[in-house]
Amino acid sequence: MDAFTTHTGTVAPLRRSAVDTDQIIPAEYLKRITRTGFEDGLFVAWRTNEPDFVLNKPEFADASILVAGPDFGTGSSREHAVWALMDGGFRVVISSRFADIFKNNSTKAGLLTVVLPQAEVEALWAAAEADPTTQVTVDLVTKQITYGATTVPFEADDYTRWRLLEGLDDVGLTERHLADVEAYEAERPAWLPKALPSLPA
Amino acid sequence: MPKTLAEKVYDAHVVRSTPGEPDLLYIDLHLVHEVTSPQAFDGLRAAGRTVRRPDLTMATEDHNVPTLDILAPIADPVSRAQVEALRRNAAEFGIRLAPMGDRDQGIVHVIGPQLGLTQPGMTIVCGDSHTSTHGAFGALAFGIGTSEVEHVLATQTLPQYRPKQMAVTVEGELAPGVSAKDVILAVIAQIGTNGAAGHVIEYRGSAIEALSMEARMTICNMSIEAGARAGLIAPDRTTFEFLRGRPHAPQGADWDAAVEYWSTLRTDEGATFDTEVVLDASTLTPFVTWGTNPGQGLPISERVPDPADMADEGERRAAEQALAYMGLTPGTPLTEIEVDTVFLGSCTNGRIEDLRVAAEMLRGKKIDPGTRMLVVPGSVGVKDQAEAEGLDRVFVEAGAEWRGAGCSMCLGMNPDQLKPGERSASTSNRNFQGRQGKGGRTHLVSPSVAAATALTGRLTAPADLIGA
Ligand code: SF4
Repeated sequence: MDAFTTHTGTVAPLRRSAVDTDQIIPAEYLKRITRTGFEDGLFVAWRTNEPDFVLNKPEFADASILVAGPDFGTGSSREHAVWALMDGGFRVVISSRFADIFKNNSTKAGLLTVVLPQAEVEALWAAAEADPTTQVTVDLVTKQITYGATTVPFEADDYTRWRLLEGLDDVGLTERHLADVEAYEAERPAWLPKALPSLPA
Repeated sequence: MPKTLAEKVYDAHVVRSTPGEPDLLYIDLHLVHEVTSPQAFDGLRAAGRTVRRPDLTMATEDHNVPTLDILAPIADPVSRAQVEALRRNAAEFGIRLAPMGDRDQGIVHVIGPQLGLTQPGMTIVCGDSHTSTHGAFGALAFGIGTSEVEHVLATQTLPQYRPKQMAVTVEGELAPGVSAKDVILAVIAQIGTNGAAGHVIEYRGSAIEALSMEARMTICNMSIEAGARAGLIAPDRTTFEFLRGRPHAPQGADWDAAVEYWSTLRTDEGATFDTEVVLDASTLTPFVTWGTNPGQGLPISERVPDPADMADEGERRAAEQALAYMGLTPGTPLTEIEVDTVFLGSCTNGRIEDLRVAAEMLRGKKIDPGTRMLVVPGSVGVKDQAEAEGLDRVFVEAGAEWRGAGCSMCLGMNPDQLKPGERSASTSNRNFQGRQGKGGRTHLVSPSVAAATALTGRLTAPADLIGA
């Protein structure tokens, strides 16, 4: 995973709530077996059918910080939603509330999700709409967002922040505790089910 | 200290706990399907890792599989490549796979319980948000992303933060024609599509205890539609009887030891929940969705809501966007909405009991000539059972299409899709824009509302049919 320390870019104001993962990337775009190349599916229905969809506007086409309404990423567990956003050039998503699995997936892939109060989301929307070139800096080291004369603090739990700052891979971290896993396995009841061998239904 | 059921299962699986870090949880069963796994296996290969516990891992093909001509090679080359990747990965890493045509094949959340692999007190994960289905057995079961799939394959564990606890208590008796689907749609309408974020929901109360395992699975299945990390129900005699004799259920002395343990899996007196929601079952009626998320639902006797009446600006905007997409006018009675397609199936309502309920209503009748009805059993096991009971003939004689097992029109990764502007009544779990096909419009319903709707061609309550 790529490390995330700080990022500066412009904002795409997505004034929608409960943006579900089927909107971020529909099922027909999930058939690829690689981990990249999902940008063609990103918000494809809205990009195709709605001329004034925010990402269809040239002034927001290069945005790298997506600021969305509450409950972003509800629905499916598809990590493809995170990959599609990253393939589409986004490094940060800001919302007042995220769906759990989406938030989890983003930290694994190196996309930063930042929770801000809805009033701060509205302020960012207004700033980006007033001037789409507004440069916004999201700093995970100081846990602050700055644009113009505004500075907004945000919360990030220490462990996740450390992983992102260092770009650490979870599997490698867990492998350090293999002895604990083995000790746990030794105590599991023998009657717990096993998928192998296959038994006739 | 008194604990909730979910806390008991969680605590029993903590491999390692250190302040300031997530807990490391052991995973008892890892279910795998073709869509969310290829990149995880690639990750293993790239790092030179193996699957730590192939014996606790089971794979199936479900999302992409055609429901017609299932023994022919998949026509869509991209779908075929994904299924073939799973076959290669399963062979290379020594994982049991139920491929198309296999007697154990089916939707991942249908086959786990069917084989008896899903048992009380277990931790179960899958790269699929509806893994919450397995919570019906008193298991802690949740959906994960592909990076986490890779983590579980490599280590059989997952870093987790302790979830918050929510109780959804449903007391009283459901009226005839009102089902588990209506209960969960009513719950989601009440708490919202992400209202249970960060929580595990325990469903409890007399109405829940009275439900069959199939109905409990329907409820737990849609926990994710309320944003919950998982949903579960305390195991009881109904659970044990369902499991007894299934291929992977314990036997003999093991069975007794298991039942003894399973019987301890209930929320202790005095345990506290962070959030509590209470519903009176006797007030519930059949529910349908009118919008584009599962929280936008109403009793079927109501009318399409008017966004102008909504005080909250976000809610109003969402309703306006939903109605524009759905092609609906405020004030229209929901029962006047005409549908093109009825879909009976999915991991929410594709089990044998769901097919029985619908078949009973269709027996000896003909569906509306302008309406297409697709019946897709959740697994080959369900299909075989339904055919043994003659349900396939009931459906076909009524004018419905009887298909092979898979996810099918729940998400339209196979050829079963709505066309732009087409409208469905669907027993699945998501009415998101384009979920069942580009431009398709979905109304979520129970199996009995689906059958009633197929007969009339418009959204119909089972009770109205009897009166008609
Ligand atoms: S039936 Fe639908 S919800 Fe269930 S696993 Fe398949 S695609 Fe997902």
